[in-house]
Amino acid sequence: MTPTHSQAIPRKAARGFLRKYVFSTDHQIIGKQYYFLALFSALVAMLLSWLMRVHLAWPRLAIPGLGELSAAGAPNGMMTPEYYLSLLTMHGTLMIFFVLTTAPQSGFGNCFLPAQIGADEMAFPRLNMLSFWLTFTSLGALLSSFWARGGPATSGWTAYPPLSGLGSITGPGEGWGQSLWIISIALFCVGSLLGALNFITTTLDLRARGMTLMRMPLTAWAWFVTAILMLLSFAVLLAACVLLMLDRAAGTSFFIPAGLIVSGQMIQGHQGGSPLLWEHLFWFFGHPEVYIAILPAMGLTSHLLSCFARKPVFGYRAMVWATIAIGFLGFLVWGHHMFVSGMNPYSAFAFSVLTVVIAVPSAVKTFNWLGTLWGGRLRLTTAMLFALGFVSIFVSGGLSGIFLAEPPVDVQLHATYFVVAHFHLVMGMAAMFGIFSGTYFWFPKMFGRMMNETLGKIHFILTFIGAYCVFMPMYFLGMAGNVRRYAQFVDPYLQPLMPLHRFITVAALGLGAAQMIFVFNLFGSLFGGEKAGENPWEATTLEWVAASAGKDLVVYRGAYEYAVPGKEKDYVMQNAPDASGSRAEKGARDGNAN
Amino acid sequence: MARVLSFTIVLGTAVTVILFWRRVWWFPPNISTQGAGVDREFGLTLLVTGILFVAAQLILAYCIGRGRKSGRAAYNTGNLRMEVARAVLAAATFIGLALSSYRTWARMYFIGAPRNALRIQVEAEQFAYWFRYPGPDGVFGPMHLRLVNDATGNYFGLDPTRDPASRDDIVTATLGIPENRPIELLLMSRDVIHSFYVPQLRIQQDIVPGMVIPIHFTATRTGDYEIVCTQLCGLGHYAMRAPLKVMKEPNFKKWLAKQAAEQ
Repeated sequence: MTPTHSQAIPRKAARGFLRKYVFSTDHQIIGKQYYFLALFSALVAMLLSWLMRVHLAWPRLAIPGLGELSAAGAPNGMMTPEYYLSLLTMHGTLMIFFVLTTAPQSGFGNCFLPAQIGADEMAFPRLNMLSFWLTFTSLGALLSSFWARGGPATSGWTAYPPLSGLGSITGPGEGWGQSLWIISIALFCVGSLLGALNFITTTLDLRARGMTLMRMPLTAWAWFVTAILMLLSFAVLLAACVLLMLDRAAGTSFFIPAGLIVSGQMIQGHQGGSPLLWEHLFWFFGHPEVYIAILPAMGLTSHLLSCFARKPVFGYRAMVWATIAIGFLGFLVWGHHMFVSGMNPYSAFAFSVLTVVIAVPSAVKTFNWLGTLWGGRLRLTTAMLFALGFVSIFVSGGLSGIFLAEPPVDVQLHATYFVVAHFHLVMGMAAMFGIFSGTYFWFPKMFGRMMNETLGKIHFILTFIGAYCVFMPMYFLGMAGNVRRYAQFVDPYLQPLMPLHRFITVAALGLGAAQMIFVFNLFGSLFGGEKAGENPWEATTLEWVAASAGKDLVVYRGAYEYAVPGKEKDYVMQNAPDASGSRAEKGARDGNAN
Repeated sequence: MARVLSFTIVLGTAVTVILFWRRVWWFPPNISTQGAGVDREFGLTLLVTGILFVAAQLILAYCIGRGRKSGRAAYNTGNLRMEVARAVLAAATFIGLALSSYRTWARMYFIGAPRNALRIQVEAEQFAYWFRYPGPDGVFGPMHLRLVNDATGNYFGLDPTRDPASRDDIVTATLGIPENRPIELLLMSRDVIHSFYVPQLRIQQDIVPGMVIPIHFTATRTGDYEIVCTQLCGLGHYAMRAPLKVMKEPNFKKWLAKQAAEQ
């Protein structure tokens, strides 16, 4: 791979408010648009989770205001089971697609990928604008289903047919709600595919002189590999959505077998379809999606631990190869979501071994994070605290994946709260910690002001404790056989677990309330924060290079030159020339020659 | 803040270890022959991951609490030999765990039910289970989709007037089974994907429309249990369940005769 000079395309300055801030082709504006879209989605999704948790803990409680919000879904504030499933579907869809996929990759990636590799714009600015507005439209389509007849889809974010494939006969929400869901996700796929192309091209073609691939910050590596994952996996989900829509609207039978009788009515005109086909297509996307959510947060954690421990990343090359390995193996393990699905039991064994193999690069990363911290001179900024929290939570959530990777153990724990605990910690909370650390770290660059560190630290400790209090007990619920996706717990064997459910609900309310501190800090600092200097964290990467350095950057060294012996400061920026004519200098010259 | 955070991590780790150690919340007791293998595998995995969990959290807490207070950090860019050694160790541990679960899985799924197994059909629909015993002739009468009618109780679409094999079939809403005898269930769904889960049996299997999925097990303890649905199947999902009754062989015979008499 040859590093190339960034091609500065002369652009006219955008005129007018609409072109500058709304239909903008500026990567920084688009990044911020994605970020705020994700923030909005996260707040809505969190509100939904509150409603669900309160209903689970106190099923007979009328929730004030809910009756006014949805007269059909919650008459007099009493949530119906189908409305619970609608909230569950919307919570999952919003979080997975519009928060965990959007903020770390499209949000921070758009803002800082070009900056970190020394490009002054994404490769295809207009395509970038189109990606965002497709995502925006997709969110609109999804949220509009709250006002659709029958309410939003009720089949979960996994939308297994035939439940999702036959229309409203299978239940309320499966008519218009499900159609809107499919349309929304298909649009999201298109937006993500275009975005992925943009990220890949930008990384390969627009790096500054001397920015070899092995000098890229681990954040840039993570965005790059994530973009490849998105390109390959969203294409499959898009196809699956089209097929599902055809089954619903055009009478095809990709997923619908013959001879179904729903609510006493025979379903005519379908034959030969397989529900398992959807599961395969969905999880072929769904598993890489987990890594799409977590890889950028992993990259950022590596980046921040090094910056705030004032030490080089321990094993930079191993980190890069672990990222690539996770990306590659992520496509070979989808079957571990289907051990009990009825697929061939012999294949379960292959998927099981491949799944534990993917734990190896994750373990390498964890070792190297601890190696980076070991003997470091820690600066416990809020960004650093969230990166440390990420490591703790990633370990607590990741290790439980080993249980679920063993087919006979998964048989017992599948579809229980054990799984809910696992993915909420390892992907949900860990990625949220990544989003928070990114926000506290890059806020000065995005908005020119500092966030309040005191409020940040209070926010961190409450979120850290809250996350554990909400999700760790769910492991025990799952072990006791508590099934997930239940609107209420009416089974006698679940009654002894109700005190634990009420504890989780109280913790969830507290965890949610703590996020108000973040929202307050974010918007307060936006307008009243202390003015930020050029490089407030004394970081080494190119996004912190002073604007006065000009656009024609040359890179002389790797991204994590902290505590270099013999240097005046304890960090050396990537574009600082090296007088000694070292290997770094040679790399820059090689880059120049190409 | 360093102290607060490292203390929080140590405390959280300790609480987690104690809760697992004391088994405050735990699996319901196992009542099947293959369940012991599942429990053993869970215990082994818990031991290995538990050690890794405690080690990682404590090292993290240590690094945070005892970070260098003055001077510069060491310029340490890695140690390839150590990294490779740890990766190989992790790979061996994790793959070893996966391989060790092979036997239990094979027993559940690679080997079919023994010949003397009692075969029972299970039909799932939104939001109920129905069970069919073949009766003394040991043959399930054919199913006719057009005759399926919940209102008349013809859940399997049987036509006893024309199909002699259907005449002695017994259809129930409770799954009654004898203790210590292999059972083979043939799982079918007539509408959407459901699931068959009995935590005490250590069995969970999706029921997919268009497929007949066989599972087999032997229950080892009499009692009343619950079969619950674990695959999101619609608004009544949370309440979709059926009773499971494990009985001594003579009691089972009496129970089945009583069910036959009520047809």
